[in-house]
Amino acid sequence: MKEGSALPKNETYYHSVRLDVEKCKGCTICLKHCPTEAIRIRNNRATILSERCIDCGECIKVCKHHAKVAVTDPLDIIHKKRYAIALPAPTLYAQFPGEHKATAIIAALFRLGFDDVFEVARGAEVVSYAIGKTLISQDRTLPVISSACPAIVRMIQINFPSLIENIIDIVSPMEAAAKIAKEEFARKHGVPAQEIGAYFITPCAAKVTAVRAPIGQEESYVDGVISILDVYTAMNAFIKEGFEPFEIDRASAVGIRWAAPGGEATAVGSRNALCVDGIENVMRVLEQIENNRFDRLDYFEGLACVNGCLGGPLTVENAYVAKNRLNRIIKHAEQKKVNRTAIFEHAQDTLRMTKPIEPNNVLQLEGSIFERLEKAERIEQVLASLPGLDCGSCGSPTCRALAWDIVHGDASEMNCIHKLNERISALASQMIELERSTRFSSPQEGEKTQLRAKEESSHEAFRV
Amino acid sequence: MIKETYPVKAGDMTAAGDVSARIKRQMKQLGISAPIMRRISVCTYEAEINLVIHSLGGELTFEIMPGKILVCARDRGPGIADIDKAMTEGWSTASNEVRNMGFGAGMGLPNMKRNADEFSITSQVGVGTEISMGFLI
Repeated sequence: MKEGSALPKNETYYHSVRLDVEKCKGCTICLKHCPTEAIRIRNNRATILSERCIDCGECIKVCKHHAKVAVTDPLDIIHKKRYAIALPAPTLYAQFPGEHKATAIIAALFRLGFDDVFEVARGAEVVSYAIGKTLISQDRTLPVISSACPAIVRMIQINFPSLIENIIDIVSPMEAAAKIAKEEFARKHGVPAQEIGAYFITPCAAKVTAVRAPIGQEESYVDGVISILDVYTAMNAFIKEGFEPFEIDRASAVGIRWAAPGGEATAVGSRNALCVDGIENVMRVLEQIENNRFDRLDYFEGLACVNGCLGGPLTVENAYVAKNRLNRIIKHAEQKKVNRTAIFEHAQDTLRMTKPIEPNNVLQLEGSIFERLEKAERIEQVLASLPGLDCGSCGSPTCRALAWDIVHGDASEMNCIHKLNERISALASQMIELERSTRFSSPQEGEKTQLRAKEESSHEAFRV
Repeated sequence: MIKETYPVKAGDMTAAGDVSARIKRQMKQLGISAPIMRRISVCTYEAEINLVIHSLGGELTFEIMPGKILVCARDRGPGIADIDKAMTEGWSTASNEVRNMGFGAGMGLPNMKRNADEFSITSQVGVGTEISMGFLI
């Protein structure tokens, strides 16, 4: 699905992840996989509860009918401003078959029409440096939690508000790259900053949302987000044709590594880090962090996708194939030593978040404390009357979620097919009972007529 | 205003943590502030693990009162002979098996005391232990 810049930035609950109603069959697969219980099936179609969605893209990955899509910007957006800089996520390098060095891939970006390319891996280098310094020097609540995966940050806002203070207050590599890329380009070519656009080439839907509705910043430095899926075919053709040499400052292994799980923890130089990928796993670990179950853990890198950004919903290549390929690219990059301490020192202070990360209270009941208590009680009562199978047939992901929806007037008990079945059986036996008690009221009628009446009565009941 | 009681089974490590997770969900629904919720979570989790590992079974109660949340852990034995010793960091009677699972480091009671605004513990050998923790809201 394509979209220009029609949607304003900072719209309340902007989301990249959307539903293509035409394709939705109303099955329960996405419903059961959504980590924040943000999906309901109503009137045989999925609907996304905007305030709960964290744009993790799990539903995009699991939907067999491809009814869940990520809205990204079309490639045309690069003409929005006079100059266009591509910001390739390091994940992009691992997408193309064959022994290609990152150089070939960067060259293909120039051929797509960009005036310059600034590797997000370079942004990651600066961010690594800044986080590393923070880890050593500051008195912080441990473990420090990475802010790089926007879906995890949003998950923490909803489900783990007490861990918000642990999130590192440094912007993501994408933002750092956009900021530095524009500054460097403006200086080098002597052009005003407002004429330069920076466009992220993304494996991730949540990054689109992170740009449209940023967390920790008033506004994003990124001017557009283009899906890897949309540039893949053209780039692949360019790569096969070979490339012209170009000159840009290249990223080192430190930054490229961020594409795979653990790369970030290695890059920031933590002494006791933990990296977890896959959003369900991350949630379990955050639960344990909240319970103080970790000793002296100083850094936590949580990635919503299995295999980190390499497993993003907008990637082409299988994540394991990509991981293997990225390892070779990293090895190649390792041979190069880059010393950019001066740039890092200069940049690190400008990369702090400027806005606090706020909790998202969607799990909180509304009203005064008394009203909340009363609702909580009603939820428990309704829940006790439900079968507890968590089958999802009602259109809510669990019986508890249905109980919540019923109390909020968004569903009724009869949404539960098991309760409905019970009710129908009860009605059917009432009808039979009624029929029996009236059996001898018309003695002239024969047995066949009686049987037919019985059949009809139960048939009636099923139509209730 | 609200009082909920959750039974905790002795020795059932697979279910250990379920009750504290339920209490946490309830606190999120009710809108208890994040820092208080964090402290209560740590305490209910430690108390629940204690009941599973050390007791013969018991219950956790979660009670909201004006200005305060009260969490109580009551069990049916075996009781603690020397409470002062049990309150010392690093002291534990946990079996090797339990320690191998990453529990029984002797930090449970001290952790609870540190995180609660009010803390009291009474115990009788052969009868049971009762821990009461208050959190000002």
